[in-house]
Amino acid sequence: MALFKKAFQKLTGALGKTREGSVKTLRTILTGKPLSAALLHDLERAMIEADIGVKTAIELRKDIQAGWERGEIADGDAALLFLKDQLTAYYPEEDRGLNFADDGPTVILVAGINGAGKTTSIAKLCKTLRDQNKSVLLAACDTFRAAAVEQLEVWSGRLGVDVIKGQQGGDPAAVAFDAAAAAVARGVDVLIIDTAGRLQTQKPLMDQLSKIRRVTEKQIPGAPHEVILVIDATTGQNGVNQAKVFSEAIDVTGLFLTKLDGSARGGIVIAIREAIAVPVKFVGLGETPDDVQPFDPPTFVEAMFAE
Amino acid sequence: MFNNLSDKFEGALRTLSGKASISEANVREAMEEVREALLEADVHYEVAETFCKKVTEQATGAAVLKAVEPGQQMIKIVNDQLVDLLGEPAELDPETGAPIPVDPIMQVSPGPTVIMMSGLQGSGKTTTCGKLATYLKKRGQSVMLCAADLQRPAAVTQLRVLAEQVQAEGDGTGTVHFHGEEEKCAEYGKAVGVAVEVCRNAVKAAKAAKVDVLILDTAGRLHINDELMDELRRVNAAVAPHQIFLVIDAMTGQDAVNSAKAFNDRLELDGVVLTKFDSDTRGGAALSVKSVTGKPIRFIGTGEKLDALEPFHADRIAGRILGMGDVVSLVEKAQEQVSEEEALALQEKLEKGTLTMDDFLKQLKQLRKMGSMKSLLGMLPGIGKQIKDIDLDDKQIDRTEAIINSMTGKERKDVDLLDNSRRRRIAKGAGRDQKDVSQLVKGFEMISQMSQMMSGKGAMQKLSAMKNMAGGPMGGPRVKGSTKAQKANKYKKRKRK
Repeated sequence: MALFKKAFQKLTGALGKTREGSVKTLRTILTGKPLSAALLHDLERAMIEADIGVKTAIELRKDIQAGWERGEIADGDAALLFLKDQLTAYYPEEDRGLNFADDGPTVILVAGINGAGKTTSIAKLCKTLRDQNKSVLLAACDTFRAAAVEQLEVWSGRLGVDVIKGQQGGDPAAVAFDAAAAAVARGVDVLIIDTAGRLQTQKPLMDQLSKIRRVTEKQIPGAPHEVILVIDATTGQNGVNQAKVFSEAIDVTGLFLTKLDGSARGGIVIAIREAIAVPVKFVGLGETPDDVQPFDPPTFVEAMFAE
Repeated sequence: MFNNLSDKFEGALRTLSGKASISEANVREAMEEVREALLEADVHYEVAETFCKKVTEQATGAAVLKAVEPGQQMIKIVNDQLVDLLGEPAELDPETGAPIPVDPIMQVSPGPTVIMMSGLQGSGKTTTCGKLATYLKKRGQSVMLCAADLQRPAAVTQLRVLAEQVQAEGDGTGTVHFHGEEEKCAEYGKAVGVAVEVCRNAVKAAKAAKVDVLILDTAGRLHINDELMDELRRVNAAVAPHQIFLVIDAMTGQDAVNSAKAFNDRLELDGVVLTKFDSDTRGGAALSVKSVTGKPIRFIGTGEKLDALEPFHADRIAGRILGMGDVVSLVEKAQEQVSEEEALALQEKLEKGTLTMDDFLKQLKQLRKMGSMKSLLGMLPGIGKQIKDIDLDDKQIDRTEAIINSMTGKERKDVDLLDNSRRRRIAKGAGRDQKDVSQLVKGFEMISQMSQMMSGKGAMQKLSAMKNMAGGPMGGPRVKGSTKAQKANKYKKRKRK
């Protein structure tokens, strides 16, 4: 439980920093107050401001309103409990850990839009796996952005793992192909593939991503075993489009929610969950490789409501 | 970008626009739809509320309800409020009535003008630095990029590579310099404050090199990290930048206003750069940030390439949101690619019927430089909405280019040479079907024919000539034996004699 506690403190601590002034939180809005039309309005607003999405926020508000009218929900505290139950239920008891290969190297493909935090998140995954005594190999498939390979190399140096890289401007699928071959030849436990950031609206770049997935599969049957989409917690409703389009292209198996140490609540993952069935697997809470936690729905929801 | 939002606006306003009279209830109903659309588009809650309140107040005033065309009046109010929300309305020239262009970067003389870039991690600061350098180089200015991000691995290298790339590949006569002190980089949290010294050194270097503009690329930071925010304040105090820009991801949600406000409180921003504007975000951040900080949006980043940076125009974007298009930007893009002499020379060729495939190829290349077909068509009034789900294939241009490139110089000058055997060879060379070659030739002939018909005729005749052409020079149904094209050839030959 120590892990849970640390995550919670970090989450609530970070979120607490912006809770001054006029910023109303769900908890301050609801606790110790009888329900009223005005309170329900404030509640809807707070949920919208957490990026949960207008539709979901209105639905949840209506649910509470109905419960109130039926006499099942009497006050703010009961409403809060109801909300927590509802939101936690979005994330049922399913495996939130990484999928590993039965034998041979496990391949993790990491993708996301520009600036979401892919490379930093890979450093975090790498550290977590190294701490579990697993050998890791990295593939630098961002051959487009200036110094992206160097950025990954700095991390590999710090974390003591090797990087397979190609030519700047070269075909990223070729790098992935070589890396998969190297992973098999060296008998490493996990291969993590870093890809260039791309907007989901760039069709040719999304096709390129599908190709990276295909060549990996060709080299190692069953790969990639895990396809992680990195989502920035500050993302607005566009996150839903990101999740949909990336899933179509590479069949995403999990989300890595980054930058949750800012003032954004990351409610977008709830909007995403409404749209497609992809679980959140990790949350990023800082810039060092240690700033990562497994996603824990009750903690997350609690932090979203925290004062 | 903005497509979904403009759909909603159009929908809500359409119900009003046809009506001879509108009631207060009509307006309120439409505005409720608009409010929801704004929130779905990530416009900040308070901003959306205020916007709707203002519009409702004005629209339910006596002047509107009793106007001859209340719907049109309503659209005007929404447009004005949108422009107001996005930025100041452009100042108009008292004589011509045309808007006076504002330079998005206020420069000081003597230089260097120092610009500090700031923002959250991953908002796109470093890439924007490269784009700004491209923008300034094109305008003949010398720029120095300073890597003040000593924290993110390889950030210094990234900026150096960008500086070299812009210097080597960017258009224009300007020069791009770089200042970086890679040896001072350190792990997260261990180089805080070092940026102050690096920036100070950069100012000295910029003065010595006599550059016009110095751009400081600071590390990404959270607005709630006091230590790092304080570092920015110290850089600000040490070098007193003339302009401080905040870089914001256009896809940011409700939190955009919190971070923008925090940066503005600490640094007194001069302007905002919105990045990733080419995504399908509905752009609520753009609508919110100005109203919360009061600071204008100066630039928008519109693509992966380094020249994909445009000055921001509130009035034009408002037009795009309302589905009214943005013809001004389109014309400007065209002007950037084609000089007046070139345009005149082309016109003459068109009128004389001496247009060649080479000219055609050149046109295609210029068209492509202006951006993707979809983005260009999206700027035309009423088109944006219709093409939003269509997958427009820019490869069509590639294919056409390949076909022309497979022609010999002689063939390009005189398409009449193209018999079946030549067409077969060209098709093979370009990796296309022979019918693709024929289709291109036919389209080309029709364009020359049309332009000849249009020159030297009255406006009405021109119009009817155009009408006859509708149905498609490129890719319309092929008439067996292509008699039309043959007639056109005869017509052309006669005229040449």
